[in-house]
Amino acid sequence: MRTAFIRALTDLAAADDRITLLVGDLGYSVVEEFAARFPTQYLNVGVAEQNMAGVAAGLALAGRVVFTYSIGNFPTLRCLEQVRNDICYHSLNVKLVAVGGGFAYGALGASHHATEDLAVARVLPNMTVVAPGDPIEAGLATSALAARPGPGYLRLGKAGEPVVHSQPPPFALGRAIVVRDGRACTIIATGGMLPIAVEAADTLHRQNGVDARVVSMHTLKPLDVDAVKAAALDTSAIITIEEHSEIGGLGSAVADVLAQLDRHPRFKPIALASSFSAAVGDQRYLRERAGLSVSATVRTIAAVLGLKE
Amino acid sequence: MTLTPDDQRARLDGYRTLARDIRMESVRMVHRARSSHIGGALSMADILAVLYGGVLRHDPRRPEWPDRDRFVLSKGHACVAVYAALALRGYFGMEELATFYQNGTKLAGHITVGTPGVEVSTGSLGHGLSIACGLALGLMRDAAPSRVYAVLSDGECDEGSTWEAALFAPHHRLENLTVIVDYNKIQSLGNVADILNLEPFADKWRAFGWSVRELDGHDVGQLDQALRAAPFEAGRPSCIVAHTVKGKGVSFMENLLAFHYKPPTDAERDRALEELARS
Repeated sequence: MRTAFIRALTDLAAADDRITLLVGDLGYSVVEEFAARFPTQYLNVGVAEQNMAGVAAGLALAGRVVFTYSIGNFPTLRCLEQVRNDICYHSLNVKLVAVGGGFAYGALGASHHATEDLAVARVLPNMTVVAPGDPIEAGLATSALAARPGPGYLRLGKAGEPVVHSQPPPFALGRAIVVRDGRACTIIATGGMLPIAVEAADTLHRQNGVDARVVSMHTLKPLDVDAVKAAALDTSAIITIEEHSEIGGLGSAVADVLAQLDRHPRFKPIALASSFSAAVGDQRYLRERAGLSVSATVRTIAAVLGLKE
Repeated sequence: MTLTPDDQRARLDGYRTLARDIRMESVRMVHRARSSHIGGALSMADILAVLYGGVLRHDPRRPEWPDRDRFVLSKGHACVAVYAALALRGYFGMEELATFYQNGTKLAGHITVGTPGVEVSTGSLGHGLSIACGLALGLMRDAAPSRVYAVLSDGECDEGSTWEAALFAPHHRLENLTVIVDYNKIQSLGNVADILNLEPFADKWRAFGWSVRELDGHDVGQLDQALRAAPFEAGRPSCIVAHTVKGKGVSFMENLLAFHYKPPTDAERDRALEELARS
C-alpha cells in the first residue's frame, strides 16, 4: 500500500507544485525518489511529530497541500493536539498518512500497533478518515484526499497486501464499494480486512452455498450511510470487520446507523477487544489470535446465520 | 530611508500612544468580561505597538493581501491586546471590542481566526512557533516578500514542541522569521525561575542556531530598531528575548501573579485607566 501511495503522490506532485510531502524521519526505501525529484515539495522534519503537524499547518496556510508521513501512531496520537487545534480547527489542507495500520508492525510490539487510530481520527471535527482495503484503493484514496479540501487521515497497511480489485473501481470518498454482491448477509470491511472478508465470503459460498455481500468501507468518515441502509434492507445480517479496537471504529460507526433504523438486521462487529495485545508475533499471528483470520471470520458469520459448518 | 530625529521622535511617540491605547482597551475588555490574563497582555503591549504601529507590512483594509507579513500570537491567552491593536489600526470597529468573551462574539478568550487580521488560532501553549515555521518555509519557498513574526510567552518555552520548532527554523535557514519572547518572568503558578528555570535563556536560542538580541521589551526605540534590523544575520531566524514586566503600565498589577487570573474590580479599572491616561 505504501508503494501505491507514493506512486500516486508522485503523479500528483508532478502535476501540482502545491503538493508537499513532510516525513518524520521515516520512509526508508519509500520516499527517496520523491525527495530527489521534488526537492522543493519535500521535507524531512526530523523525529519531531508535533512540529511536523504544526509546520504542515503553516505550510497549508501558505497555500500548500501537505501530506505528513510517518508510521503507526506517530503522525496522529503523538501530535494529537496539534492535529486537532492547528490542522482540524483551521480546516487546513493537511493529510496525515500512517503506514502500519492495525498489526502491520506486529512483532515490534504495542507501541507500533495502530489499533485506536481510526476512532481518534473519526472524532476530530473536519477530518476525513480513510482506510483503503487494498493497494488499488490506496492509490485512488491518495488522489481523492489531495483533491478534497480540508484535513484527512489515510491509514495504510505496509507492503505486499493482496490486491482485491482486478481493475480500478469507481472511487469516491464516502462512497463504499460493493466488491461482491449477495443477499444472505453483508460483510462490511475496512482497511486491510477487505481481502479477509472477500475470502471468507468465497469460503461461505463454497461450503454453505451462502452468498454474502462484501462492501469495502474505505472511508470511515464521512460514512456511506446509504450503503449501510441498503445492506440492512437487502440482507438479514451485517457483519463488520476491522483491524482496530471495537470502540470507535467501523463497528461503532455502522452500529450508530443501524440503531436509528426502524428495522434491525442481526449485527455482529468483528474487531479487537479494547486491550493491548498480550502476545508477540507477526501480523498474521496476531490477527489469528484476535479472530481476524479467514477461518475465524467464517465461523463467526456461520454462527450469526445459524449455519452448520 | 533614514529618518530625521524629529521623524524618529514622532514615530516613537506614535508607538507609545498606541501601546497606551492597547493597554487601556485591554483593561476595559478584561474588566467588562470578568475574564483573565491581563498581566500577559500588558507585558506585550509595547511589542504589539511597534509591530502594528510601524514594523508590520500590512493593510487593515486588505487583511488577505498576499504580500502581507504574518503575525502569530502563540500565547493566545493574551489575545485582548491583539484584538485591541487590530481595532485601533482599523481592522474592525472599536465597538466590537465590547463584545469580547460575550455570547455570540467573534472575539474568543484565546485568539481565534474569523476576526479580520487574525492569522492563526492558538490557546494551547507551544503550538505557535511550529505554525510560524511552516508559514515562513512556505513563504520562503515562494520567494514572497513577507516576514513572519511570532510572539511567545516564557511559560510556553516549557513545552518540548517549542524546542522542536526552535531546532527546525535555523536548520532550514528561515531568515524571514522573527520570534519575540515576552519574557515577563511569571508563568501560571509562579516565577519562571522557580518553576522551570529557562536560564541561560538567550544562550539556549543561540545554541539552537538563532541570531539573538536581548532588549527591554518596553523600550519602543529598542524594539523598533531590532525588529527593523531582522534578519540579524543572513540565513538565520531572529529571536528577540524581550525582558518585560507582567502587568506593565498599571502600578498595582506589575509583577503580580494574581493578574494572570483575576479581572480588575470597578475601582481597579478606574485607577488603571487613570494611570494609563496619565502615562
